[in-house]
Amino acid sequence: MKKKEKTCVIIGASHAGVNCAFALRKEGWQGAVVLIDSDPELPYHRPPLSKTYLNEPAADLQSLKPLESYHKNNIKLLLDKTVSKIDSLKRQIILYDGTCFEYTKLVLATGAKPIIPPIEGLKQISKVFTLRTAGDITSIKNAFFKSDKKKAAIIGGGYIGLETAASLKKMGAEVTVLERESRILARVTSSYISNFFQELHKRNGVDIQVGKNVFAVENYNDTIRIYCDDATEFDVDILILGVGVKPNCTIASKAELKISDGILVDEYTQTSNEHIYAIGDVSYHYNKNYGYNVRLESVQNAVEQSKIAALNIAGKKIKYDTIPWFWSDQFDIKLQIVGLANGYTDVIVREDDLEKPVISVWYFKDETLLAVDAINNAKAYVFGTKFLKNKIRVDKAKLKDISVPINNSLEVN
Amino acid sequence: MVKITFITNDNEKVTLEAESGSVMELAVNNNIQGIDGDCGGVCSCATCHVHVDPLFFDKIGEATEIEKDMLELDDNVNEYSRLSCQLQITDDLDGVVLTVAK
Repeated sequence: MKKKEKTCVIIGASHAGVNCAFALRKEGWQGAVVLIDSDPELPYHRPPLSKTYLNEPAADLQSLKPLESYHKNNIKLLLDKTVSKIDSLKRQIILYDGTCFEYTKLVLATGAKPIIPPIEGLKQISKVFTLRTAGDITSIKNAFFKSDKKKAAIIGGGYIGLETAASLKKMGAEVTVLERESRILARVTSSYISNFFQELHKRNGVDIQVGKNVFAVENYNDTIRIYCDDATEFDVDILILGVGVKPNCTIASKAELKISDGILVDEYTQTSNEHIYAIGDVSYHYNKNYGYNVRLESVQNAVEQSKIAALNIAGKKIKYDTIPWFWSDQFDIKLQIVGLANGYTDVIVREDDLEKPVISVWYFKDETLLAVDAINNAKAYVFGTKFLKNKIRVDKAKLKDISVPINNSLEVN
Repeated sequence: MVKITFITNDNEKVTLEAESGSVMELAVNNNIQGIDGDCGGVCSCATCHVHVDPLFFDKIGEATEIEKDMLELDDNVNEYSRLSCQLQITDDLDGVVLTVAK
């Protein structure tokens, strides 16, 4: 009898899924690779969506890999297909169109989806958009070009919402950001960085409104009227929801995998089922450097976990062990973040140049460096990365003194 | 058409032709091993590091300050290092030989 070919099925073809498929080939996986996504587009880079893809009229999607590469690497790419269930006993996945694939190993790279806040009247509004897929951003672009007033509101002042605000402003829209908390980026960064971005947006003409809890919206003549619970109202013609995402765990929970804030995986990116792995935005995993579980929404985590999953599927036991990093580009500002600042007790702000500006914010838990936010300051980002990777103690007094350059001289002697 | 030659870590020589875009995009679109371009070309990840043939370095020029800093993340950085996402394809690059950093 002919031995059945091994198959690795990957659900989700964005940064994590695509890189995993190619990494499997690199690691010598001989079996079939099937990569499935409900998005109809050839897999693309997501970070440019809220930036250049939105604000440059002629910009195309930036493919992660050209179509020929999938053929060359014998990766079966199924787009515009949605998985309805996983049968973990028979080791099969079933698509909504009835197609069934058997798997030897299954990788869940199902990502996350925008949270739709409980706002009254939202369903009746046609021009309301989320920020996740190329389709979402294309719809915003189309709405923008069709709109006469070009007045947009973004509910939620997180990084993606702010990047979108900056892009729309650059395109000539009148933009209001409605943030529920008392400052933008409240959930993700320090008040220094929040204030910095608040001022940056104000300087560039974006109307940032904090403490605005939107409870209802309605069509009002040609506009959308937004009602906040402090009795203020805003009229716009494009409404964008940017209040965050939640992990896509539905098929995983039906397959009885352990779920927490995302699909729970061990250090090998393996779920509670030994034949199933989970990577990228959907994975809830242990970070060795920080000693706690996290779910990260980042390209870095997606790409690096994809490689670890491929290595383990190919039979090499390798643990995931990285320092997370992120970036955000808004107006002429490049923010680079390394590390996780959760639980910091002390912040040192270094304003090397306020004009340009060149700034870095260093987060410590007592004497231990946790994270660095670097504004137009790749040097701080790079040395922050080195200090974190090598667990180097940083001399806080030297760090505070801007006459001491950011380099190895900041180490504690 | 501008001709660009990559030497990969397996010592394979690949010559590609292009008219525009960045060298990183050219490499990724043609599966040059070792050029990942994870950040999509915004000088944020340092996964597209190449060493420029010294004979061509003057034509191509030095890295910008941000790029130089980012290159510091890589242990194999040398005086001919560049991030290929920051190299726009122009006639000046015709015939250049780039070695993918290890």
